Amino acid sequence: MNRQIRAIAYVVLALFGAVVVNLSWIQLVRAQNLASHPANTRLLLKEYALERGAVRSADGTVLAISEPTPDRELKSLRTYPEGDLFAHVTGYYSLRFGRDGLERYYNRQLTGEGGVVTMQDLGDRLLGRGKKGDTLVLTLDSRVQEAAQEALSGRKGAVVALDPVSGGILAMYSSPSFDPNRLSQHSADGQQEVWEELNDAEDEPLINRATGALLPPGSTFKLVTAAAALENGIAADTSFPATGQYQPEQTDRTIGNFGGSTCGGTMAQAMTVSCNTYFARLGAELPEGALEDTAEAFGFGEEPPLDIRAVVSRMPDDEELESPAFRALSAIGQFDVRATPLQMALVAAGIANGGNVPAPKVVKQIEDAQGAIVNETASEIWRTAVSSATAATIKEMMVSVVDSGTARGAALEGVRVAAKTGTAQTGAEGDETLAWTVAFAPADTPRIAVAVVVEGSGAGSDETGGRLAAPIVRQVLQAHRAAAGW
Amino acid sequence: MISSAVRRNTEASLLVISLVIAVGGYWVVSLAQSPRVPPELAVYAAAFAGIYAAAHFAVRKLAPRADSLLLPIGAMLNALGFVMIYRLEEPTGNPGLAAAQTRWLAVAVAAFVLVLWLVPDVRALAQYRYTLALVGVALLLLPMLPVIGREVNGARLWIRLGPLNFQPSELGKIALVLFFAGYLTERRELLAVATRRWGPLSLPQFRHFGPVLLAWAVSLLVMINQRDLGSSLLFFAIFVAMLWMATGRSVYLLSGAGMFALGALVATQAFGHVRSRLLVWQDPFAYISDQGYQVVQSLFALATGGAWGTGLGLGRPDLIRFSVHTDFIFSSLGEELGLVGAAAVLTAYALFAARGFGLALRCRDDFSKLLAAGLTFALSFQTVLIVAGVTNLIPLTGVTLPFMSYGGSSLLSNFILIALLMRISNEVTAQAGAAQPTEYNLAAGGGR
Repeated sequence: MNRQIRAIAYVVLALFGAVVVNLSWIQLVRAQNLASHPANTRLLLKEYALERGAVRSADGTVLAISEPTPDRELKSLRTYPEGDLFAHVTGYYSLRFGRDGLERYYNRQLTGEGGVVTMQDLGDRLLGRGKKGDTLVLTLDSRVQEAAQEALSGRKGAVVALDPVSGGILAMYSSPSFDPNRLSQHSADGQQEVWEELNDAEDEPLINRATGALLPPGSTFKLVTAAAALENGIAADTSFPATGQYQPEQTDRTIGNFGGSTCGGTMAQAMTVSCNTYFARLGAELPEGALEDTAEAFGFGEEPPLDIRAVVSRMPDDEELESPAFRALSAIGQFDVRATPLQMALVAAGIANGGNVPAPKVVKQIEDAQGAIVNETASEIWRTAVSSATAATIKEMMVSVVDSGTARGAALEGVRVAAKTGTAQTGAEGDETLAWTVAFAPADTPRIAVAVVVEGSGAGSDETGGRLAAPIVRQVLQAHRAAAGW
Repeated sequence: MISSAVRRNTEASLLVISLVIAVGGYWVVSLAQSPRVPPELAVYAAAFAGIYAAAHFAVRKLAPRADSLLLPIGAMLNALGFVMIYRLEEPTGNPGLAAAQTRWLAVAVAAFVLVLWLVPDVRALAQYRYTLALVGVALLLLPMLPVIGREVNGARLWIRLGPLNFQPSELGKIALVLFFAGYLTERRELLAVATRRWGPLSLPQFRHFGPVLLAWAVSLLVMINQRDLGSSLLFFAIFVAMLWMATGRSVYLLSGAGMFALGALVATQAFGHVRSRLLVWQDPFAYISDQGYQVVQSLFALATGGAWGTGLGLGRPDLIRFSVHTDFIFSSLGEELGLVGAAAVLTAYALFAARGFGLALRCRDDFSKLLAAGLTFALSFQTVLIVAGVTNLIPLTGVTLPFMSYGGSSLLSNFILIALLMRISNEVTAQAGAAQPTEYNLAAGGGR
């Protein structure tokens, strides 16, 4: 009998072996697929069981919060009480389509996994108690944000406002926006439907134009050209005779002024009326590399250290800039110069802040569930763009743009406002316009720097930066003035 | 020779580890509700210590030379099962499962002691073989009776006696293994002798196929009437395996396999519940919302647990819905303790099997030998059946996971099984010590 018993014993042990191999196959090899299988709700339920941290604006408005639901399974619902107002800042929280914005970049803190593990955390973890995420307190002010939304009044465009000293973003609104509540709903089919709708929408509401749209900055870039000139020994009183056309060397193309006008004079005079021929010539006469260097000093060519995603603004290739014609075009913000509204706001902030570009940031501080501050974002200087003397000179030019030039629409009563407008041609035939205005105020003790861009409707020459964008700047400045009391 | 004192001391220290697992595990699970030490923890610690001590001292007194690992392996698996059952009280909405399981452990260990005490020599049981056969078949078929028979989740394998729910097939399994051992020992010469030639095959006389046919009929009856695929398959496999171990005639193995295939084929055609098990096995995801739900959830649970597990109390056994504390307890264990924990548990079962078969090899008399091998096979095969079932390696057949699943009948029968093995082990060691200077060489083989 022993022969058979031994055989049966081996068969039984082989069966155990087969079971262990199969188990390893399930728990190791197929684990990833099975764990993330759409019908496997385990990971999802774990996420929903967690009390995700809230997001608040600087003035205490709740921008995102996890609210308990009566549902036994999906224990919480991510809600955005302000609807579409802060959508591109908070981002969205969708179990099907992932996360974006702060929900993405601060996920660890919001789930309570970032930073230090306190005794409280350890206790909670041991006791299996629901972990509580940290709260994000933003630098954004809901009143300024609201003003930005209202001022854009549904037109495609973006507003970025920041504190030029600390770098704290005060408003960041991209239009059109979307309601992140619709993506965080519990119904998977509902999420799918909204996702498809938002992705198919022609006006691309999911894109954060403030940090993600690369646009020709037009005449607002003349600030950089002026800075490059001043930094390279070309004095502000350098005067060019008034002309209606400028033809750079080595080309047949001529550059004209807006509306066919004639202009010239000093740099300040040229800046006030946004004289293309002057700045084109200035650009052509700049030493080689000076324009790129100054643009890079303001932050072009590098991703801004913002705590949510921001794309790199860029200058044309060095080789192309060797051509005086391309240099002349670039100097007035056309050709291949591309900037995000955030980058142009940083140019204004750098000039406002005595030549130092602050590191922009959205999150002011992180608080734990008990309200204690766990982390505070320090104010940092990102770039030293120009000398304080250069900054002061450009500031005066910008003040005169508001006082007597193209940005009169941005003027505030009783406060000196510094600004620069721009109108860029885009589209295949140059028939679409982008209306820009960058500004800061008060000019001598700056509290806010703003960049506004609005896409024209193609209605014609009325859609200039001064007409379309400057009034929006004014509304944003006024809102901040009222809120911050300057 | 390892002295009996060393064996018993090993057993005692291993039982202490089981105690630590039961008490420590209970505390860890209770931490999920409250940071305080649960007041009942001391009661449980005392209960487990008392139960283990009773078992251990009974062995010292009644079977001092018995194997030192069988009892601790059973106790350790039971302790882990107890912790899981306590953890499953909340998701199954059934407070008191752990307490009930502890009471059943006390009953099971009492039966364990009783068997050791009342059965000084297992060979004496051989004479009751026909009584045991009757008892075994009766227990197997008991749930078919009206009034006391109860249907749970579509299978009729329970009886209800007053407040007690009982799964009699578990005990029937032990009785039938005893009967087979007695019957086959008596008839093995006859069954093994070829008396008829049929072409190239030499077959035993037809009347010797009688018992095989009878066993087949009973198992079919169980499958059809009680819809208890697990017991039916387990019962038939035990019989065929023991028949082959006794006779060494592969014709029994072949005819058994053939009859099983035939039965399975007919059952698949004729019975919806058998067919649906087979379809689910082929592609559980195609039936994810109905018959395949539990198997898929079991796979999800194991996969989510991964290598290290989610940790005790942090899985989602509630998603497996019913039977999670009985048939599907292994899935929850694999989810919360990971592959590491699940493989460790399977290793313990394999070790138990190795000890049991090793013991069978060392037995001198045929009855003890066949009994030890049969009991070990029964427990091991049942373990493989349910674990392979919940991992979809084979179609799911509902049987309990020995020592771990919630349920009194299962615990009771498995502790009786340990008592019988230890009784045999004690005699084998005593004989070896008396007659042979050296221990039986496992690898050297031996005659029938």
